Amino acid sequence: MESNKSFVHFSDVSTLKVALVGNPNCGKSTLFNALTGLHQKTGNFPGVTVDKKSGYTKLTSNTTAEFVDLPGTYSLYPKSIDERVAFEVLCNPNNPDHPAVTIVVADASNLKRNLFLVSQIIDLKIPVILALNMMDLVEKEGDVIDVVRLSERLGVKVVGISARNKEGVEALKLALLEPLPVPQYDFIDIKKIASELIDKITDVVKVNSDFAAFQIINNFSEIHYFDTESDKKTKIKGILNATKIDHNKLQSQESLERYKVINRIVEECITHQSAIKTISFTHKLDSILTHRIFGYAIFLSVLFFIFQTIFFLAAYPMEWIESLFVILTNWAEHSLPAGELSNLLINGIIAGLSGVVVFVPQIILLFAFIAILEDTGYMARVSFIMDKLMRRYGLNGRSVIPLISGVACAVPAIMSTRTISSWKERIITVMVTPLMSCSARLPVYTLLISLVAPVDKTIGFFNYQGLILMSLYLIGFLAAITAAWVMKRILKAREKSYFIMELPVYRSPQWRTVGLTILDKVKLFLFDAGKIIIAISVILWFLSSHAPDDRMESIEKKYSNSNTIKNTDDVAREAKMSSEKLEASYAGILGKSIEPAIAPLGFDWKIGISLVTSFAAREVFVGTMATIYSAGNKDNSQSIRDKMRAEVNPKTGLPKFSMAVCFSLLIFYAFAMQCMSTLAVVYRETKNWKWPTIQFFFMGALAYLSSLLVYQLLK
Amino acid sequence: MNKVNALKNLSQLKIGQSAIIDSFTDEVMALKLLEMGCTPGEVVKLDRIAPMGDPIAISVSGYLLSLRKDEASTILVSPIVVKN
Repeated sequence: MESNKSFVHFSDVSTLKVALVGNPNCGKSTLFNALTGLHQKTGNFPGVTVDKKSGYTKLTSNTTAEFVDLPGTYSLYPKSIDERVAFEVLCNPNNPDHPAVTIVVADASNLKRNLFLVSQIIDLKIPVILALNMMDLVEKEGDVIDVVRLSERLGVKVVGISARNKEGVEALKLALLEPLPVPQYDFIDIKKIASELIDKITDVVKVNSDFAAFQIINNFSEIHYFDTESDKKTKIKGILNATKIDHNKLQSQESLERYKVINRIVEECITHQSAIKTISFTHKLDSILTHRIFGYAIFLSVLFFIFQTIFFLAAYPMEWIESLFVILTNWAEHSLPAGELSNLLINGIIAGLSGVVVFVPQIILLFAFIAILEDTGYMARVSFIMDKLMRRYGLNGRSVIPLISGVACAVPAIMSTRTISSWKERIITVMVTPLMSCSARLPVYTLLISLVAPVDKTIGFFNYQGLILMSLYLIGFLAAITAAWVMKRILKAREKSYFIMELPVYRSPQWRTVGLTILDKVKLFLFDAGKIIIAISVILWFLSSHAPDDRMESIEKKYSNSNTIKNTDDVAREAKMSSEKLEASYAGILGKSIEPAIAPLGFDWKIGISLVTSFAAREVFVGTMATIYSAGNKDNSQSIRDKMRAEVNPKTGLPKFSMAVCFSLLIFYAFAMQCMSTLAVVYRETKNWKWPTIQFFFMGALAYLSSLLVYQLLK
Repeated sequence: MNKVNALKNLSQLKIGQSAIIDSFTDEVMALKLLEMGCTPGEVVKLDRIAPMGDPIAISVSGYLLSLRKDEASTILVSPIVVKN
């Protein structure tokens, strides 16, 4: 099999394109991190929602290697979006990401299954290096892999590495510079399966190998790279339509042939020397972590810990960030000349920026946990023990973490749905997570609950206020589950959903991976979602600080004419002016114009304004209420509450914020999509405005109808 | 070891029981299972059943694979009986 090899040589190329491909859990990302370090970025594969991680490293002073980390895949069958990306990049020589060299990463401790993908890539006849990862595990298990033999049998260069310990990474870089054998012989004789068709296809399209032709035959409907060459496309279509093809049979024949050869190779190249240790460690740990009592107890504790951390621990850095922005705002107010531009900068852009940066601590903490859970192999067990429960609602075992994190904040929670591989289950999780009551709703809840329930009132042992608060969280959860159940029935699956999933052996987490994951997520959030959040923030600023004609000016004039009164009254006058300005602003006009629509919910135009402004973030409701009721100090919820309590409904003469109005508002805030940051993140994660739009309207409709029901029943 | 010819589906095995994969009853599912290393002739062992009875975890080709019961039931196996 050593016959007539041809070689390619890349040592004199200035930029060498290298693709990394491999099974999920094979350590491909670890290798990618080890190769590129901080020189990496996340972009987009054109036309699809799959993230593209790329990075570079210097091989010599003249040669730079550019790595593209292709999505993990078990095979080259383009059935899912991830697989299609890997397939198109490798099979289509005209793809912008088509590599000069492909590094196939294989988990050496699980060689048989990993060789399947390796064998398919070899048959594409493109320059390949096999990086045999986790050699440390193989050694620990007491196995020996004959790397030289394996290399001969496969006809490609093989480098044994341990990406976690950074062993062999330098050797792999060197291997890129050495002459590379281009695979010459067929791993399997694909012509045995479909010879005539392959010949016909190779007549029409220039392909590297028979296997590439076979892939065109068998996956034509999934291939998009002929879309620009319509003549070829029609010809291929003609050939394929003329023959009756049993695609399933072709593919299963191919798979069986491959495993026949793989079994022989594995037998020749691996020597088992002793009993397996890591597997039995994993086995023991699984007995506890998937136990019917301990398993759930441990998972609940993990959830509780994560929740506590992002809810309470993140509050400190979030406070620091907020006070930092207060300092920045004060500084800007004093040192910038007063005027429209400064106003835009301070109240539009800086305020928007503050609203973006404030999420960073929660994102860091949540992704630290998620990276650790993924990296250790525990996340797969969470799926395993939660699958049956979550499946009923169209969710995935892995949806539990986003849902629970949603109680702290939907923004990082939605970003964490990436670990859900089924498209449908992931979309459902993204759509329903914002129904969980997040921490930004808490100030709104607290204010409104304090209006309806006295602090010391109890029902049995329970504090009345606490009970209402708990019910709101429960209602949010029930709404999320119900919405998921409904969507499961409405949404059509894009691809067949399997639960066929590897349970990887347990390993200690790598801090490097954790750190790089966090960095990646923070960057994505700041740059992708951040743009949208700042844009909306500027719009909201404009709406609440500008009015048609010269109304603002006349209000200012009115208040500046008599400027003799001092001190305490000054504050009150200032507050009264702000209140009048807000009423006159576009936001105020908007609030008034929606009054007829929200009147059946018990809301007046004042609440209407708050609904508009709190789209920036729900807690803005409290600040807007403070401004409208000219409560002076915005942070003093006591005085806002007193002012709201004193407000009288002019029609009835009774308190405006009655039981019915407060409960109606509470329900409205529990359900409505009042958060531009969440919408921006949903867009970032689905890369389609359709989903945030649907979410906005379905949650809005739910909020409206529920509030309507509550108000009409209670009033 | 002795092969018993009566075929069962994989989800009917007891925990710890091994069997040899015989064939598949669902063509499309078979393709996915094949690429995951579940090939006819391969030895599988039912390693674990999730606490709620579903999914299950099997050892196959030297690794641990979890799949739902309805997915496992498309794999026909002949159980291996260990004789002392």
